[in-house]
Amino acid sequence: MKVNGVPHPAPVDPRRLLSDHLRHDLGLTGTHVGCEHGVCGCCTVLFDGAPIRSCLILAVQAEGHEVMTIEGLAVPDGPLHPVQQAFHECHGLQCGFCTPGFVLSVVGLLAEHPHPTPEQVDEGISGNLCRCTGYASIRRAVARAAELSKQ
Amino acid sequence: MKPPPFEYHAPASVDEACALLGSLEDAKVLAGGQSLVPLLNFRLARPAHIVDINRIPNLDRIYERDGGVAVQALVRHAGVEDSELVARVCPLLSAAVRLVAHRVIRNRGTVCGSLAHADPAAELPAVLLALGGHVVARSTRGERTIPASDFFTSVMQSALAQDELLVEAWFPASPKKSAIAEESRRHGDFALAGAVRAGDRLALFGVAPTPVLADPKNPTQGLQPSGDVEASPEFRLHLVQVLTDRVFAA
Repeated sequence: MKVNGVPHPAPVDPRRLLSDHLRHDLGLTGTHVGCEHGVCGCCTVLFDGAPIRSCLILAVQAEGHEVMTIEGLAVPDGPLHPVQQAFHECHGLQCGFCTPGFVLSVVGLLAEHPHPTPEQVDEGISGNLCRCTGYASIRRAVARAAELSKQ
Repeated sequence: MKPPPFEYHAPASVDEACALLGSLEDAKVLAGGQSLVPLLNFRLARPAHIVDINRIPNLDRIYERDGGVAVQALVRHAGVEDSELVARVCPLLSAAVRLVAHRVIRNRGTVCGSLAHADPAAELPAVLLALGGHVVARSTRGERTIPASDFFTSVMQSALAQDELLVEAWFPASPKKSAIAEESRRHGDFALAGAVRAGDRLALFGVAPTPVLADPKNPTQGLQPSGDVEASPEFRLHLVQVLTDRVFAA
């Protein structure tokens, strides 16, 4: 499998979840693990470009596929990805635990709907839980990300 | 949390998958995994073998058949949601699939997997039942068609035999007057109760061990829904009446 463009062998143990593989075997701890049953959205990664839950897929299933984690979104010391920039500008995060999942869900949302309606924004982030922000600033961040992505 | 140990199989064809299911003791099919993997993570399921069908080519088509739409085993919910064919032939299915969890889950979860999982609170089994659709099951013994009315047997139990693979679901074209309505605590959660209308037919979900057909004029007749922390039996019966009124008002 390719993770952030770099080829990696699949883990030997088939019961290894992709989320654990990313964190424990590859050291990519930006993928956060919250509920581990698909409810919280913290572990969201891009799988062949589409956001999925990395806690609900076995790492061996990613063999032959492209995975992108939060670490792959911007180059180190380079400019932030427009979605990251928008979350930064709009205070779309407080503690940051849910943020990688939100950012990658929003990247997926904007890929499908570059100019999302407020309803599409709500639907797009409804699968991610945040216990700090109350979502208002996250919604603003999504609108801002759409603007920044246009530029 | 991590799943209990199992032996992993990734067959490259339907025949190979059926051979595995026919020969292995205690095997479970892994398609989208959006219901199975949580069960593994919680260790509520401990199958000895996992048969991952995701490597099987040409099993992800949506096509028109017998005046309806056929959805093969590896079609993701998102694929049905975005399908122009489904929107044209069976808009009820397009509407229903949008109520299944969240888009990120629908990117991976499969329609056939939802049917095989047979959760009584799920939308798609009730849609298949309301429309009078069927599923196609394959095994080394051959292929058979199972009508929706015979398929859902109990809570998360179906008529699928241990050695059978659900290869396709067939949804008839939805009648002009079709609608789905459900009530859940939060968007994307499992429904406390739901109603599907297909013409004059009404199917209910979340209120019995399986989806059930009901009389639109008296939808709560004979129902004995269970109560839990989310909703009492009385509240579920109330919802059935309200949701039925809603889908028949359209």
